[in-house]
This record gives sequence, C-alpha cells and structure tokens, in this order.
Amino acid sequence: MSLVELHAIHKSFGELEVLKGIDLKIEEGQVIALIGKSGSGKSTLLRTINGLETINDGTIMVAGKKVGDRDTDVLTLRLNVGMVFQQFNLFPHYTALENVMLSPQVVKKQSKAEAKEVAEEMLAKVGLADKMMHYPDQLSGGQQQRVAIARALAMKPRVLLCDEVTSALDPELVNEVLAVVRQLAEEGMTLVMVTHEMRFAREVCDKLVFMDQGRIHESGAPEEVFANPKTSELASFVGGLA
Amino acid sequence: MSEFTLWDIVYNLLLAARWTVLLSLTAFVLGGIVGLLLLMVRTAGNPWVMRLVRGYVELFQGTPLLMQLFIVFFGLPLIGIDVSPWIAAMLGLTLFTSAFLTEIWRGCVESIGLGQWEASASLGMNFRQQMRYIILPQALRIAVPPTVGFSVQVVKGTAVASIIGFVELTKAGTMITNATYAPFTVYGCVAVMYFLICFPLSLYARHLEGKLRHVAR
Ligand SMILES: Nc1ncnc2c1ncn2[C@@H]1O[C@H](COP(=O)(O)OP(=O)(O)OP(=O)(O)O)[C@@H](O)[C@H]1O
Ligand SMILES: [Mg+2]
Repeated sequence: MSLVELHAIHKSFGELEVLKGIDLKIEEGQVIALIGKSGSGKSTLLRTINGLETINDGTIMVAGKKVGDRDTDVLTLRLNVGMVFQQFNLFPHYTALENVMLSPQVVKKQSKAEAKEVAEEMLAKVGLADKMMHYPDQLSGGQQQRVAIARALAMKPRVLLCDEVTSALDPELVNEVLAVVRQLAEEGMTLVMVTHEMRFAREVCDKLVFMDQGRIHESGAPEEVFANPKTSELASFVGGLA
Repeated sequence: MSEFTLWDIVYNLLLAARWTVLLSLTAFVLGGIVGLLLLMVRTAGNPWVMRLVRGYVELFQGTPLLMQLFIVFFGLPLIGIDVSPWIAAMLGLTLFTSAFLTEIWRGCVESIGLGQWEASASLGMNFRQQMRYIILPQALRIAVPPTVGFSVQVVKGTAVASIIGFVELTKAGTMITNATYAPFTVYGCVAVMYFLICFPLSLYARHLEGKLRHVAR
C-alpha cells in the first residue's frame, strides 16, 4: 500500500486546466523529484497533495484511506503530509523555537514541555541549535528555510513536500538547505520535491517525475530518465538545461 | 479688557478642553468598538454585508464631518428623536471614527500575506487557530501606529461640534472672544491647546511605528 496515492487528479483555475489527470504513487521512504517547465503545474500538484488546492476530479488516498472534503479528512491529510514553501513563510512574530513549537501544541495538543523538546531536537537537526531564540527577521534566508523545515518536521509528517525550497535563496545559501534535505533523504524520510537543481535531484532522488502541460510525461529512475528521455518534451527540457 | 487676564482666558479654555478630551475619548472608544464589529462582519464574507459596510465607509469618507454632524443633529429630531448637542456630537464622531478605523484595520488584516494562511493551514490549523495565533497577533501589531495616528484626526474633528453648539475648546474660544474682543490671543491659546493634545499623540504614533519589529514586510 502506497503512502499517498493520487488517481486521475484534475484541477482547473477557471477556464485554465492546470492538472489534466495525474496518477502518482508515493511509497514509504521514496524520494521523488518533480521537474518541468515553469507553469507545467508542479506547484499546483504539490499543493493538491497538501489540501491547499481543492481538486475538480480524482481521488487522493493517504495510507489506503480516501481523502474526502470534510474538515477532518483534510486535517488527517495535513497531519500526514508536511510542506515547505519557496518563500519560507515563517511566522514573523514568533521566535524560531516558537515557530516550531506552535502547531504541535495547538493542533496536536502536546504539552509545552513536550513540544519544546521536539522543537529543540528538530532545530538541532537542521543545525540551528544556537538560533532558537532568534526571530525570523534576525535570520538569513537559508536559516529561515531550515527553521521552516524543522517546523514541518515537528509535526512528524510521513511525507514532506518541498516546493523549490532553494529558489528564493542567495546562491551561497543554497547548499546549507540542500544539505539538510539530503540528510533527511538519507535518514529515510519520504520526500517529494519540486526542484531546478538537477544535479541534486540526480544524486538524491530515486524517482524523477517530469511534468509538462499538466500531465506526467515521464517518470523513472533519474539516470534512466536523463540518459534516455522517451519523449521529445523531456529531451528538449534536459537539453535546455545543459 | 481689564476684567479678563490671560490666566482667566487660559483657565476657561482649560475647563472647556476637558470636554474636547472627553468627546475625543468617547468617540474613539465607541468608534473603535463599532469599527471592530464592522471589521468582523466584513471579513466573515457575506458579499451583501461586505458591500453594505463598504458603502458605509465610503459615505463617511466622502462627506465632510460637518455635514455628518448636521445630519445627526437636525435629522434625528425629524424622526422624533431629540438629541442634545453632546449626544449628536458623540454619535456623529463615533460613526465617523468607526468608518475610518474599520478601513484602517481591514488594510492591516489584508496586509498579512497569503503565505501565512497557507503555512498555518499546511500545519493543520483550522480557521479559528489561524486567526488566533497567526493573523490577529500580526494584524494588531501593525494596526497600533496608524490607529494612534488617527486619534489625532478625531481630536481635531471634535472642533466641528462647536457649530452645533457643544461647548468644547473651539466653542469656548468663540464665546471668550465675544467677551474679550481679543481673538488673536484667545484663538492662539486654543491652537496651543489642540497642539498640546495632538502632538504627543503624533509623536507616540511615530515612536510605535519605529518600534514595530518582527512583522512581515
Ligand atoms: N491561484 C491560481 N489562479 C489562477 N491560475 C493559477 C493559480 N495558481 C497557478 N495558476 C496557473 O496554473 C499554472 C500552473 O502553475 P504552477 O504554479 O503549478 O506551475 P509550476 O510548474 O509550479 O511553475 P513554476 O516552475 O514557475 O513554479 C500556471 O499557468 C499558473 O499561471
Ligand atoms: Mg511552482
């Protein structure tokens, strides 16, 4: 049984159909990279998996259970699926520690002590043990993004979605965030990431998914997909990168 | 002129200034409460109610305060409600204040980016939790400086109440001028007193603006 299973997902914004029947299985421990041109629907797909976009058609299953549109279903989905955003979206009025502690306390009703212990552990994991009392505006972009990762991890999701988590960063800060993602992958965390860092995708992922115009055009092991693109779309996408 | 010393003038103006302060405070507090209610019904999302509040705001922003007071003061008696100048001034200024504050605060709530809503939603928070922990704490911080700044407009707005006969600072100035024939001295004192009330408020607003930390930019 897959951790998350998408079946025939359709999504439109008004007249514009952005997802045109997506089938995707996310297995426990898998690291998936989602690649494709700008506007191909990568972010929309990730947001769909997190319930941030409502779908027009299709089904989402989490651990074998269908996600309906009741509030409790969406909550269940979100407890299983964490998300890290391109723009970090930290809560500016809370310290790093409070950012990470908040939802375990509020949503999972953990005690303050319990939440603090988990938060400290997660912040240490992303290398920010010494920045816990800093507010987001006192942190660099790379540090903020690492707090955002810790914040998502503190909810103990089974899958973590990462939407271009390094795109908003200055080049010299990219690696510290990628290192954290790589570490998570090595520890066996299930990850789905949209990325333009092709080399990183190649090294870290066990599955590459190429999207084009709202469809999954090709998917498979990275070496294979890169070496022998079956469709001209992927061939030109890969060619355009070189 | 002999029977009025400068101190007499100042003393009588100070007595009247208490009413300016009281009227300002009342209008500000009541206007704040009404403004908050309007903000809540407006963000709750019924399009009809939203349009109604929008119209209310535009009505008060698009007409002179003096006309608003006239309409309250002369209009309510027409439908059988007699109002004293105090009640009319308070009512008029409260409505005026509520319209401006609700608009200022709406801007503050809307300035909290979509990313904050989405990040908190992705962490499993429901609407109430998002409001309570993410949106309102930020909106409130942002709202304080412009709200304090707007209180200056309320104080200055109370001068208009003199025209319907409410004896506050400006009206007292007119009355004292009629007795002393020293308009420059009297109105000079009046202006100084307004300034002494308003300037600290402006300074405080600016100070708060500068202290605004840890908010999204
Ligand atoms: N809220 C929205 N309303 C209307 N159209 C939208 C909305 N969000 C996305 N779109 C459109 O949907 C299409 C897919 O967008 P999406 O953000 O999923 O692409 P993407 O593959 O993530 O692109 P990028 O690489 O630029 O991030 C685009 O044409 C975009 O303009
Ligand atoms: Mg995108």
